[in-house]
Parts: sequence; C-alpha cells; structure tokens
Amino acid sequence: MLKRFVYSREGVLSIIVLVMFFGVGVISPDFISLSNSISIFNDTSILIMLALGQMLVILTRCIDLSVAANVAFTGMFVAMVNQYFPEISMVLLILLSLLIGALLGAINGLFVWLLKVPSIVITLGTMSIYRGATFLLSDGAWVNSHQMSESFIALPRFEILSMPVLGWMAVVVIILAFWAMKFSVWGRNFYSAGGNPMAAFYSGVNVGKVQFYAFLVSGTLSGLCGYLWVSRFAVAYVDVANGFELQVIAACVIGGVSIVGGLGTVVGCVIGALFIGVVNNALPIIGVSPFWQMAISGLVIIIAVIANASSDKDKARIILRKPDKSIDSAQPQSH
Amino acid sequence: MDTAIKKSATPDALLTGRLQKFFRWESFLILIVVLVCVMNSYLSPYFLDPWNLSDATFNFTEKALIALPMAMLIIAKEIDISVAAIISLSSTLMGLVAQMGAPVYAVAFVGILAGAACGLFNGVLVTHFKIPSIVVTIGTMSLFRGISYILLGDQVVRDYPDGFEFFGQGYVYWVFSFELVLFAFFALVFYWLLHRTTFGRYTYAIGNNPTASYYSGIKVDKHRLILFTLVGVMSGVASVLLTSRLGSTRPSIAMGWELSIITMVVLGGVSILGGSGTIAGVVLAVILMGLVTFGMGLLNIPGIVMTIIVGVMLITVVSLPVLITMYKTSLKRKEAKAL
Amino acid sequence: MNNAIFSLKKVSKVFPGVKALDGVDLHLYPGQVTALVGENGAGKSTLVKTMTGIYQPDGGEIIFNGKPVQFHSPHDSHALGITAIHQETVLFDDLTVAENIFLGNYPLTKRFSIDWAAMETRSQEILSSINAHMNPNQILRELSIGQKHMVGIARALSVDAKVVILDEPTAALSHHEIHELYELVNTLKSQDKAILFITHKFDEIFTLADRYTVFRDGCYVGEGFIKDTNEAQLVEMMVARSIEATYPKKDVEIGETLLEVSNLCHTTEFANISFSLKKGEILGVYGLVGSGRTEVMQALFGTTDHVTGTVKMNGQEVIIHSPKEAIDNGIVYVPEERQKQGIVLELPIYQNVSLPQMERLAKHGQIDQESEMALARQYCERLQVKASCWDEKVMNLSGGNQQKVVIAKWLATNPKVIILDEPTKGIDIGSKAAVHEFMSELVDSGLAVIMVSSELPEILGMSDRILVMNEGLIVGELSRADATPEKVVSLATGGSVTC
Repeated sequence: MLKRFVYSREGVLSIIVLVMFFGVGVISPDFISLSNSISIFNDTSILIMLALGQMLVILTRCIDLSVAANVAFTGMFVAMVNQYFPEISMVLLILLSLLIGALLGAINGLFVWLLKVPSIVITLGTMSIYRGATFLLSDGAWVNSHQMSESFIALPRFEILSMPVLGWMAVVVIILAFWAMKFSVWGRNFYSAGGNPMAAFYSGVNVGKVQFYAFLVSGTLSGLCGYLWVSRFAVAYVDVANGFELQVIAACVIGGVSIVGGLGTVVGCVIGALFIGVVNNALPIIGVSPFWQMAISGLVIIIAVIANASSDKDKARIILRKPDKSIDSAQPQSH
Repeated sequence: MDTAIKKSATPDALLTGRLQKFFRWESFLILIVVLVCVMNSYLSPYFLDPWNLSDATFNFTEKALIALPMAMLIIAKEIDISVAAIISLSSTLMGLVAQMGAPVYAVAFVGILAGAACGLFNGVLVTHFKIPSIVVTIGTMSLFRGISYILLGDQVVRDYPDGFEFFGQGYVYWVFSFELVLFAFFALVFYWLLHRTTFGRYTYAIGNNPTASYYSGIKVDKHRLILFTLVGVMSGVASVLLTSRLGSTRPSIAMGWELSIITMVVLGGVSILGGSGTIAGVVLAVILMGLVTFGMGLLNIPGIVMTIIVGVMLITVVSLPVLITMYKTSLKRKEAKAL
Repeated sequence: MNNAIFSLKKVSKVFPGVKALDGVDLHLYPGQVTALVGENGAGKSTLVKTMTGIYQPDGGEIIFNGKPVQFHSPHDSHALGITAIHQETVLFDDLTVAENIFLGNYPLTKRFSIDWAAMETRSQEILSSINAHMNPNQILRELSIGQKHMVGIARALSVDAKVVILDEPTAALSHHEIHELYELVNTLKSQDKAILFITHKFDEIFTLADRYTVFRDGCYVGEGFIKDTNEAQLVEMMVARSIEATYPKKDVEIGETLLEVSNLCHTTEFANISFSLKKGEILGVYGLVGSGRTEVMQALFGTTDHVTGTVKMNGQEVIIHSPKEAIDNGIVYVPEERQKQGIVLELPIYQNVSLPQMERLAKHGQIDQESEMALARQYCERLQVKASCWDEKVMNLSGGNQQKVVIAKWLATNPKVIILDEPTKGIDIGSKAAVHEFMSELVDSGLAVIMVSSELPEILGMSDRILVMNEGLIVGELSRADATPEKVVSLATGGSVTC
C-alpha cells in the first residue's frame, strides 16, 4: 500500500514538496517550524479550496476561468453589505457569499449544460462580465478595513488549536471533498462523466447535469473564498485576485488532474496547491525576488503537463499475448 | 459533365444556397457595423471627423494583427492564450537591447524574433509532447510574462532610439497611420493565405478532422508548429507597434489582451471548435469592436464597461447559433413525427 | 406457452432524414433466446438503444411485464432489469474493473457511502461466475480487448437482470472465450432470463437461439421458431431475395512481387509479420476484431511508432514513418473508420479528393480550383459517386458514396498498392457489389490490393490468397483453392488447420 503510494503521482509529488520544504529548512531552520508550517498552510487555504472546485470542473472536461472574477465580485458584494449594514451577522454574510458564488457558478453551468457551449468561451466571457460587474457595483471605489466591521475582519483570523479559522475551513473542505469524491455516487459521477461521456450516458449518468454541478461547486467555493479574500487582506477593490484563476488551474495541473478529463484526486490537487504555496513562501527566504514567482509557476505547469503526457503515452492496445505473464495475471491477486 | 450534374440539381437547392450565402455571418456583421456608425454619428458630432476616426484605429490595430493568425490557429482546432505574455516578453527584450544602444531596426528585429521564438516554443510543446494547446499556453502565459518580471521587476524602460516611435505613432499618408496600413497589408496577406493557398486548405482540413488529414498525408504537426510560430511572429510585430506607441515597456504591458483577441476571432464567426471561419469575418469583427470602443469613449463611458459588453457579445455569439439549431431540429422533429 | 416479458409494438425512431425504425415488433420470452437477424443498417443497434433508454422512440409502445413503460433515460430501463452488452465497449479506461462493473449501480453502505469492499467481493464473484479471472482493483486500461469484453459482460450481470441484450458479443472473442460465452448464455436461460442475441454468425443462431426475429431496412419482416427454419430461409428474409454469393472475381494474371514485408514487429500490437504481395493480386487478411490486422496495416501506412522490420517495394527497401511517405511510395490505405480517418465530412467532395496532392495541383502554393475539379470529376465519375454536384459536402452523401469518395481520393494519387480495411462495412448491398467489382478492375489495371475484412464470404469470394491473424501474429496462409470457411475460422480463433 505504502509502496503503491510512493510510486503514484501523488507520492512523487509529495516527496518533491517535502524535499523542497526541508531543503529550505536547511537554509533557514525557522521555515520548518510548526508555526511557520501552519502559516504556509493558512496562506495556501484559498488556493486549495479554489483548486478543489476547479478540479471538479476539469474532471468533466471543462474549464472555469471565471473563478477569480467570481472571488472579486462576491468579495466586493459582501464587503459592501458589511459596510452599509454592519449589524448583519457573520453567519448570514457567509451564507450570502456562498449563495452569490453559487449563482455566478450556476450561470456558467447552465450555459454548458443546456446549450452545450464550450466552457472556455463561456467562462472567458463571464470572467470579464463578473469583473466588470464588480466595477459597476462599487463604482470603482475601494472598501477599506476601517469600513468593515470588526467581526468581518476577525473571523478568518480567529485561532482554534493555534490554526486560524481560514485554515480550518480548508481542512473541512478537503475532508468533505475527499469523502464525496471517493464514497458518494455524486462524486464518482464526475469521474465517469469526464472519463467517457458516452459510456457515462449509457450508464444513466446525465453528463450535462454533472458538468453543471461542477460549475456550481466551483462557483460556491469561489464565493466563500471571495469573503475570505477581502477579509484576509482587509480590502475590497475591482482588481482583487486578478489572474488568480491561472494559479488555481496550475495547482490542479501540477496535482495531476488531467486536462482531458476523468483523472485526478483530491490528495493530488491539495499537494499541487501546497507546492505553489511552499514555493511562494520559500522564495523570499532563500533570497529570490518575488518577481520570479510567476515564471516559476509557469515553468512548473509546463513540466507537470509534460510529465503527465509522457506517463500517458503508453496507451497502445495490448494484443500480443505475453507468454510468461499471462498465467500470472490470470490469477486473482491482491496487492 | 460538371455543369450537367450541376443542372440536374433542383433549382430549389441552388436558391437556398444563394440565400445562405446572403445571410452569412459576415453580412450580419456589416449590418451591425453600419448601425453602430449611424448611432455613433448621431450621438456625437465628432465621430465622422477623419482624424478622430484615424485615432480610433489605434485602439485595435495591434490586437487585430494578432487576431489574424489566431483565427487560423483556432480554425485548426488549437488556441494560444499566451499572446499577451509574448507581447510583454518581446517588449522587455526590445527594451533591454534598446538600453544597450541598439539601432531602430535591430530593436524591431529583436522584438519580432522573440515573438517567433515564443510561438515556436508553444508549438513544440503542443506537437512534440501532445499536450492540449490550452494547457501549454496557460503555462507559457505565466512563463513568458514571468521572465519579463524577472528581467525588469518594477522597472520601466523608456530609452528607445530616435525613430523607433514611427512604428506606433507615424503616418504613411494623410490620416493613414503606419499601424493601420500594416494591418490592411496583413489582412490581405492572411486572406490570401487562408482562402487561396494549400496552406489555408490544410488549415480547414486539420480543423475539421485532424486524423483524416494526417491519413491523407498532411504533415499535421508541422502545420500546427508553423501556425503557432506565425501567431508568435505577429505577436512580436504587435509588440513592436505597441511599445513604439507607448514609448515605454513594463512587464504588465498588454495585460488581458488575449481575451479581446479571442473575442474578436469568435465574434468574426470563427468556430471555437475549429474547422470554419473567414478572414473577412474577423476583419469586420475587429472594425466593429473598434467602433464600439470609440463610440463609448466619445460618450465618456469607462473602459471596464466595455469588458462587460465584450463578454456579453462573446457569449451571445456562441450561444445564438446553438439556440437556432436547437429550434430548427425541434421543428424538423415535429415534421418528421407528422410524416 | 408463457407470455412475453418484454415487447415492442409498432415502435418507430426517426432521425433527420432517416427512418431508422419503422413500426417494428419484437417479443422476448423468459428462459428463451431470441436471435435478432438483419443486415448492417437494418436498425439493430437503434433497436438496442431504444430498448435501453438511450433513444426515446417517436412512436409505438414498449411493454414490460404486461404494462406499457416509458424510458426517459438509460437509468429507467436499467432499473427494470433490462441490461445490455453493447457492441462497442462502453467502459471507463481510467477506473478499476470493480467500479466499471458497478458504475451507475453502486452498492451503498448505510445511506450514501459507496461500499468499496462489497464492490470488490461482489465483482470477484461475478467475474469468477463467468470464468474471467482478473483482479477487480486493476485499472481497465491495462486489460486486453477480450478481458475488457468480459468486464462488459460482468457489468450486465451485476444487476438482477430480467432481460439481457447481447449485441454481437462474440465479435472480439477468441475461440475459447466464445465457448464460455455460450455456456453463460445457457446458464442465463436456465435462470429464466429473457435474452436477445444479435449476431451475424448463422452457426451461433442455430446453436443458441430458440426464436428469431428478422429486420430489414428498419422494418419488421417476420419471426418464428428456429426449429422451423433454416439458413437459406433466414437469408432470404434478410435481403428479400435469394443470394448465391456472387463475387465478381476476375482472373487476372499475377505479376512479379511488388511489396515485401519481413519481420514487422511492434512491442504490444503484433510480431513477426512477413508476407509478400504481387501485382494483380488480392490478398485477403482475415482475423477477429482486435487480432492486430488493422494495426499491421496502419504500421505499413506509417501511422504507428516503434515498428521494426523491413518493407520493400519493387525490391527496394523503403522507410515509411508517415502517411506522406507511404503515399509517396505508392501505398495508400482506405481505413475502416471511414468518417474518423478516411474523410473530412465538412469539406466538399472535390476538396477531399484533391487533399493528398494539393501541392502537386497548386501553382506557387496557390490553389488551382480548375485542376482540382477536373481531378475530382475524373475519379468520382469512374467510381460513379452519386452527388448533385462536386462541391457538395461529403457529410450529405450516403455511406456507400462516402466510401467511393475515399477510394477516389486514393486512386487519384496513382498508387501501386491499395489497402482496403473493411471496405464494405456499413454500406448498402448495391454499393457493396460496386466496391467488389471495382476491386477486380483495380487489379486488372495492374494494382495490388490488400483487403482486410471480418466478413468471411467476402474474404473467400475476393481473395487470391488469405492471411489469417490471431493475437497479433500471422497464424496461417491459405491459397484460394485451399481456403474453406472452417479452416479460416478455426485458424482465426486459435485452433489449428487440421481440425
């Protein structure tokens, strides 16, 4: 079992992340302290949650480029609600962010489901519409920290067992996603719908509807992250999270989610996001300018997809009978 | 014999053929362009001034130059979303050689060469490793712009040699700017390439059915490689124009342009799934978007509202044909049931 | 006599332009095997898709257990216990064997959670009940085609099925596996399940079936008991005329050796392929689906990587790494997957014909439409392509005419060797005869033809020599005089010539 994990994609990737992590620790021992590890995880929480949503979308052979714009719009919306109605409770505000995010995601999903329009075009369009709508909503103005209520800013920072609520939210999302993608029919449908849409249809899976759910989840998580983002940085403006969708997709691709659909795991996706998180946190420590960050994530995406592509290469049909192995493989065996 | 066969076709079929030609997407675009012109001149007396119109072309010519090869690339079932990042990297490299005191033509040459190299790099990744072009170019988009950031950081380069400003600011004759003339020239070149040459025919064949094209002896991978390089070259050219027009380079140059370029192409009637589209349609879409932007500028509407309109246009353009075919098939179905 | 558990009454299905099913009737009885007989295009696969809820019928009634039912999705028919083993494997390459078996019908613990352990043990049980030994945790991609087929069968048996549809189940199976399948069908029969068996092979019909139903061109022709009929009668019902297989094989003088293939090998697909081909010869290549025959032909045409061995044309060794090089050397390939590999449906006829030699026809890179048209006219007329004009899109043509366009495209390149992979698959009888006649003409004009086919009469009727393939190897070579149906089939299914 352990051996299988080590040889799997997730295994290789987690080893790389760990080597990187401890490698930086050699230069700067503080880096690998518990508190810094928690802080790295906390920093990466939003990326993890968005990447998990994006994974569902990519599993079903689609792509969601509108996540960052969704984050900006929802973030601005809840920040402004908080600004003008500071008495509204945080629970309601979070529910509101989930709802708005879900709505924006559902718009994408409906176009893909009912009109069968390529998701890349739809989300390219909604990406600029949502971003533009954020401008219309705020009239270009910022919502600054002094305009937000105390609890609005404090909630994600509140520490439980020395980890902030933000990090705990990511933990909850990871656990839910892991259970859903392994043990619920609803979750398995993402794999079948993306792996072989025709066969999924023959098996009674409504592929379009599954794609809709993927966008719905991706949107809902974006909505949640919208609140978390503006609260964490204590500011809301039109260009919040600009270009972040690429980091989200990068996390998925690095984590082994196949862009052609049907392949990808929650564990891989989380490690992919952590990879980016560790790199981002390590750069200043090893004395590399943060200007390197973008090029590194680009390079890593390319290397990751090349690695994916070459591992899939051996897809030839097996026709020849392998003389020595045939008896072996004919016997049921358990690993 | 050929004509005999044609004659044997029912006149009805020919009529619908002609009607179809008349109701093409391009005709629809022309109509909208005329409408927008009328509206703009009604809304603002400054619209029809030739110098104003000429100024207005600057906001689309650079993007339009990339839209031309991008149309061919999308027709061939591929896509390149790294074009804006190519502009940035090529502009950065131009800035660096300009700082070293290179002459005007060397600077421009470096810009175009850098574009070509980036395009070739995309093409090699797509064809050699068989990776979907969308993922490759998402990666190279970060990589190319990331290299710009590494090279420049938050620096701005302004030391361009004298005469360099001609590319983006000069006029060839009267109100016709160098940029506009260059765009007109390349529009003709790409029209010829896509609609008159074997290269263009291969582009359509590959876009409709890459496997059958390969089985027909077309070097599909080589063709894709050339197309990606072509997109790179034109991004380099656009970068020369843009850098020259702005007179400065910073890594964030042309941020988000890929969206408007792809929108121009799709709005021009090129199917995002590949296989169909024309250069005439793309040119019309370019003019349309230029006019709308210009009109909004005259009405003092902020630029970001334009992105909403572009987004809505993009979604409408891809959804409408689907809705129409859905409606048509439901009609056909009813007819068939009635039989 | 017990009553039918499942009936179709006057069921119709219309596609734009085609009436795929025109008021057909079908009755299935518990504990009995009904064979559905009909030619390609008779509406058999449309019927299967209608029965399993993939298509919704446009007219007529579906009656299950005496009550009319409606299937809005595959799920509805599945829920009633109607299960199908489809012709194409409709499985998931990246999922495990166990999940493939239970997908759409997962065993659940408590309420919502998928019970992976139960899934594994139950798949193990089902797999061993059909004598398929494999690890339920294996990823499907790693299995052979035959094994995948067994997974498909296991999948159909995972539900408490009342009606089992087998759509050409033996096409990809080896000799041994076929016999196991027969046993399986008999077991299912004894469990009182109603079975619909769709097949091309008459020996299977007479071994397994109790009843038959015949379709022709989407219409119901007749039904009855197998014991009251014979092969000739069934054939007559299928094609509406009695046919004595007439293959227009001409005697052509066989010339010198044109193509020589020796020791062609591939890591996973085929090994030690050696044969030669003479001018004026038709070489038939027979094998089951998945025997590697198509793979060998594609390797000859240069579309496969990692191939070793030598190919000689006219005694000269040639190196072919791409279709372009194959075409330049005079080898062309008419693929089995016509619409996927053979033709660009969205382009007009003339552009398809000129596609392989655009460069020759062009002047300074610029297309010369006149000469393109002339070329298309010349070859399409020779092949009698039926179209309203040569700039009609290929997608508007019938299957037979599309195939003619593919052949015209290749003839226009003046080839020396033409490889036809399943040249008459899915085309109507009229076009079929035309293709056969044309093959004779081709060899008469000095070409050499390799014909890959899984239709035995076609192979026996048209070939001068027959190569038989099994599991990626050439297992026999028979001359026209020596070849009998029994010999060829027994070789192809892993037996030896003597049996």
